[in-house]
Amino acid sequence: MAALAESGPSLIGASGDTLREAFGRAIARLGTEDPRIVVLDADVAGGTGTHHFRAGLPDRFYQFGIAEQNMMSAAGGLAAVGLVPFVTTFAVFCLRALEQARLSIAYAGRNVKIVASHPGLDVGPDGGSAQALEDLAAFRALPGMTVISPADPIEMARATEAVAAFEGPVYMRTGRSPARRLFADDHVFVIGKGQILREGTDVTLIACGVEVARALDAAELLAGGGISARVVNMPTIKPIDAALVADCAERTGAIVTAEDHSVHGGLGGAVSECLAQSRPVPVEFVGVRDCFGRSGEPEELAEAYGLTAPHIAAAARRAIARKGETR
Amino acid sequence: MSSPGPLLQATAPDARKLSFRGEHLRRLSVLARYALEIRRLALVGIYHAGSGHPGGSLSCADILAALYGAELAIVPGEESDPHRDRFVLSKGHAAPALYAAWAACGYIEKEAVRSLRKLASPYQGHPHVKDTPLAETSTGSLGQGFSVAIGMALGLRHLKSPARVYTLLGDGELQEGQVWEGAMFAAHRGLGNLLAIIDYNKMQSDDLNANILGLEPLAEKWRAFGWNVQEIDGHDLSAILEAFQRASQATGQPSVIIAHTRKGRGVAFMEGKPAWHGSVKLKDAEIQTALAGLGLGESEIGSYLNGSIG
Repeated sequence: MAALAESGPSLIGASGDTLREAFGRAIARLGTEDPRIVVLDADVAGGTGTHHFRAGLPDRFYQFGIAEQNMMSAAGGLAAVGLVPFVTTFAVFCLRALEQARLSIAYAGRNVKIVASHPGLDVGPDGGSAQALEDLAAFRALPGMTVISPADPIEMARATEAVAAFEGPVYMRTGRSPARRLFADDHVFVIGKGQILREGTDVTLIACGVEVARALDAAELLAGGGISARVVNMPTIKPIDAALVADCAERTGAIVTAEDHSVHGGLGGAVSECLAQSRPVPVEFVGVRDCFGRSGEPEELAEAYGLTAPHIAAAARRAIARKGETR
Repeated sequence: MSSPGPLLQATAPDARKLSFRGEHLRRLSVLARYALEIRRLALVGIYHAGSGHPGGSLSCADILAALYGAELAIVPGEESDPHRDRFVLSKGHAAPALYAAWAACGYIEKEAVRSLRKLASPYQGHPHVKDTPLAETSTGSLGQGFSVAIGMALGLRHLKSPARVYTLLGDGELQEGQVWEGAMFAAHRGLGNLLAIIDYNKMQSDDLNANILGLEPLAEKWRAFGWNVQEIDGHDLSAILEAFQRASQATGQPSVIIAHTRKGRGVAFMEGKPAWHGSVKLKDAEIQTALAGLGLGESEIGSYLNGSIG
């Protein structure tokens, strides 16, 4: 019993090669460089990765308890006196304080960074109540709010640096589950810019977050069938890289968007809005179809809800088949 | 405001500003004149706007007169001083009284209140900090201004600033759960630089608080949440100033003043009537009667409504 008490239960915390761990380490380092940075937590520091910041800079870590509405508005007050608050909690609880983000942060024009861990089906076994599939759409609708969803731990770290240096309100997703490494240490992240990870001519797969790795796999599957797919990493959902989206439409004539989010209003919505105004081409959406998630391992859920590479490849074939139908 | 650069330096209280606070300790008769002027100007604004909330603007006029007239260390013309005191109108629908207080106390021109709620005007129906920096934050969704004020108090303490943060809440506003999240947090953090004032006029949009969602025992609730609580007559300027003074001495915990007030105070036909809470259109006869009741003669009423206000 004594040994058990000393070691405690085996917690499934922010360990391994996750985006939340990458964020946690990045913000802890950035905090030592910029004394304006403070971190706000709602009793989930072990899950969001901010325990690293708390360990290194305890005087700049503010525990708000399980009270996200007060935390979100108070972040506006901290920013009003010149600090740079990073508000951190799970993505669903950011949705809980959406109206506080609207009035106290976005409307007031405050330099607050909202960093949301545990987005999408990537949350896994905690189930449907915990899997935010609406956050990109909701925060994208707030005027002046920049919305970011990085794809791997390296990009997460670079994005955190960019967000800390950026002046203005930001909503940024991290991720719960271990993520595949896609980028080298010298990866460059610029807010508002997407990047072509693989060239192709028949269709473009535009993805964010965990779906970027799956889109690369889908391009391989498609290549095996003689289809040449461009793959674009689009970590900034807002402002969307409209020039790159238009270029994809121009050069490949068909587009698939892929995101661990509802098909309504997130990356797919942002890309479609661009295309409607620039160059309408067939678009197919890979995402969760107007329903909630449920418990399961992330890969099982991705398969069950149609987010895996074969689903993206199938969507690409549908998009290609529709070429020429729009006039 | 938050451009990159050195943090706010931890300095001793600015001597000049403190002397300003002293100079502004005006005689009660001066504050009473401010309060009267706030009531007149708030109603002039609502009349010209064709909408706006008179009941809760009139109930807090004395509190605002005491704040801007005597308590807040905010020097007109130096409203961006990082060490200024902050005031947040959490009950944002009393914006007509806030703008009227700025006008009565010399921060803006009195005639400006006539542009309340107009398209090209900075004086929106609820305060917006990007239009009027003196609002300190944007309010209008109840409960949020209180939390923003808490964030300011926490941040100013973090930066070792001597500035204090004041916020005015409505009573109906206390039905928002966010208020109690904030109340718990401010007490847990011992924010002695924070003073909340509750404009307890007992009425909200549709009816009495007691019939909508009762607040009592209100003082006991705040005490139980760990606040330094005072209860006063919110129309007694002397009592308001004394309560401010006592609150400033409670350094280890946040303070709240429960100010018992009367909705529509100062305008006989509005007093104590929930119907005058909501956004209303004031008819010509109503504004004439109201301003006459607030001590203006016929020609003065004409000046307040359309001419130059002395």
